[in-house]
Amino acid sequence: MTPNDRKYTKEHEWVKINGSIAEIGITDHAQQALGDIVFVELPNIDDTVSAGDSAAVVESVKAVSNIYTAAEGRIVEVNESLDERPELLNENPYENFIFKVEFTKVDENALISAEEYDAFVESEA
Amino acid sequence: MNSRSTIPLLFERSRKGRKAFDLPPIDVPKTEHPIPAGLTGGEPPLPELSEVEVVRHYTALARRNFGVDDGFYPLGSCTMKYNPKINEEMPSLFEDIHPLCDFETAQGALDMMLGLEKALCEITGMDKFTLQPAAGAHGELTGLMMIKAYHEANNQHERNIMIVPDSAHGTNPASAAMAGFKVLEIKSAPDGGVDLEALKAAVNEKTAGLMLTNPSTLGLFESNIKEIAQIVHGAGGLLYYDGANLNAIMGIVRPGDMGFDVMHLNLHKTFSTPHGGGGPGAGPVGVKKGLMPYLPKPVLAEKDGKAFFDYERTMSIGKVKSFYGNFDVLVKAYAYILSLGGEGLREASENAVLNANYIQKKLSGTYHIEHDRLCMHECVITPGELSKYGIHTLDIAKALIDRGFHPPTIYFPLIVKEAMMIEPTETESRETLDAFVDAMLEIAEIAKADPEALHAAPVTTPVGRPDDVAAARKPVVRWEENE
Repeated sequence: MTPNDRKYTKEHEWVKINGSIAEIGITDHAQQALGDIVFVELPNIDDTVSAGDSAAVVESVKAVSNIYTAAEGRIVEVNESLDERPELLNENPYENFIFKVEFTKVDENALISAEEYDAFVESEA
Repeated sequence: MNSRSTIPLLFERSRKGRKAFDLPPIDVPKTEHPIPAGLTGGEPPLPELSEVEVVRHYTALARRNFGVDDGFYPLGSCTMKYNPKINEEMPSLFEDIHPLCDFETAQGALDMMLGLEKALCEITGMDKFTLQPAAGAHGELTGLMMIKAYHEANNQHERNIMIVPDSAHGTNPASAAMAGFKVLEIKSAPDGGVDLEALKAAVNEKTAGLMLTNPSTLGLFESNIKEIAQIVHGAGGLLYYDGANLNAIMGIVRPGDMGFDVMHLNLHKTFSTPHGGGGPGAGPVGVKKGLMPYLPKPVLAEKDGKAFFDYERTMSIGKVKSFYGNFDVLVKAYAYILSLGGEGLREASENAVLNANYIQKKLSGTYHIEHDRLCMHECVITPGELSKYGIHTLDIAKALIDRGFHPPTIYFPLIVKEAMMIEPTETESRETLDAFVDAMLEIAEIAKADPEALHAAPVTTPVGRPDDVAAARKPVVRWEENE
C-alpha cells in the first residue's frame, strides 16, 4: 500500500512534510526495481540544496541512482543508520527516510498524490 | 573440468621452505640491512611453493577463464572483437629501443606514432591526436581538462557545467566531476536520442560543453547531431565525443564532421588490441585546431623530415602519462589499421552493424526490442513477455553461460529496464550468430516451460551464482592466515 500521508515524485521518491521540515525517502517500487541496496551516500548536514538537485545516492547490486530533492533549503538530518544497514530501504522503505530538509520552498509541480503515483507506476510498467 | 570444486589459494598450498629457485651464494661482503630493524615489519607472509605447483595453479585458473579466444563474447559497449594474432607480433619490431633513447635514434618508433596519429585524424576528422592516455576514461579526463583550459584561456571562468545525457556511459559524468565540472544530466527523448528541447533549456553562459556517444548507448544513431552541435556551440560550449561506439561508423561518418571538438578513441576496442585482463588499453585523444595548444606535452612533431617531441608548449595541460602512452598497444592498433586499410575499416563497421541487426531481427517476436528500428553495432533487448514467468535479465545471462556464450551487458543502459545489450562485432561468422540466437530462443522456451531451471543457472561452472549482495555489503578482499 502506498501511504496517503505524504506526496511522491516521478523519480520514485516520497516527500513527507511536517511544518517546515521535509523528509525524503524512496518508494517501495523504487526499492524493488533497484534490488538489494548495498550503499547509501548521504548528504552532509547544513548542505544547501535546490529543488531538483541530486542530494543522495543509492547503490544496489544492479545500479546507482541519484535521489533528488523536491524541497529546497538546508539539510538538517540524515538517516545515519543507513551507513551500517542500507538494507533498511529494502525492508521498510516508507519508515526509513534518507534525509530531512528545512525548506524555504517546495517544488509543488513535481509532487503527486499516492493515487497518482500508483497510476504513474502502472503506466510505466 | 567444470566441477563445483574450488581451487585452493597459493597461500593455502604454501609449505615452509618449499621454493622454485635458488639464488647463487653471495660472493661480496654482506652489508647491514639498509632499513632499520624496527621499520621492516618482519618477513612478508609470502606463499612458499615449488615451480610445478605454481604452474598448475595458474593453468587451473586459466582453464576457468573465458576470453574472446574461447568463444562468442557479445558484451555490449565493449566491442569484444577478435584480436588478430599478427598484431601481437608487431611490437617485437621495436624491442631493441629504450624509451629514454635520443629521438634521433628512435625515428622508426616516432614515425610509427606519427603514422598512427595521421590515420586516426583521417578516420575521425580531427586535426591532431595525443597518444598518451592509457584508457578510455583517462582520455575523457584529458579531453575535459583541455576544454577547461580552453574556456579559462578565453576568460570564460564561469563555464563549469558539463551536460551529459542520461543514456551516457557512467565514465562520462565521473570524468567530468573528476575534471572539476558540475554535471548536468538531461533526459533522453522517447526515441532514445537527445531531447533537443531539454538541451536548449539546459545550455547557457555557464555551459562548458556536452559529452555524447554517437551511436548512443542504445545502439541508435543520433541523427540530430548537427542541430545538437549548433545548440551547444551557439551557447559557447564545446562538444566532446565519447569514442566507445566508433566501431559502428568507421570509414562511414566522422565525429569531426559532425561538429565534435574533442574526442577519445578506445584502441583496445575499435582497433582490435586486447582489453580487459589482456590490456593495457590506450585512449588517444583527438582535437580540432582550436584546442591544439592545450594538448598534453610532449606533442609529436616533424621538422626537416625528422620526427621529434615538442616540449615547448606553454598552454599545454601538461603530461598525462609517463613516457608516450602504452606504446605496444599503439603498434598493434597501427598494424590493424594498415592491414585493413580504409576500405577494410569501412567493411568492418558495415559488418558490425549488419551482425547486430541480424541478431535483433532474429530475436524480435520472442524478446522485446526496446527501440524497434534499425540499430547500429549493438541492439538492446529486454525479456518482455518472459517476465510474466518470473524470468529476469540476470537469469537469461546466467543461462547463456551454460550454453558456452559470454553474457551480453546487462542492466545497461540504465534508462531501459531489464536491458540486455548485445554487441556481436564484425568478427563473428553467421554460424556463430545463429548458434547464439538458437541459445536465446531455447532459453525463452525454457522460461515458459520450466522457469526454475533458469533460476538455477549456471550449472556447468565452478561457481553458480555468487552472492553479489554479501560481496558488496561485506567484501572480503584480503586473505588472512587465521581465517
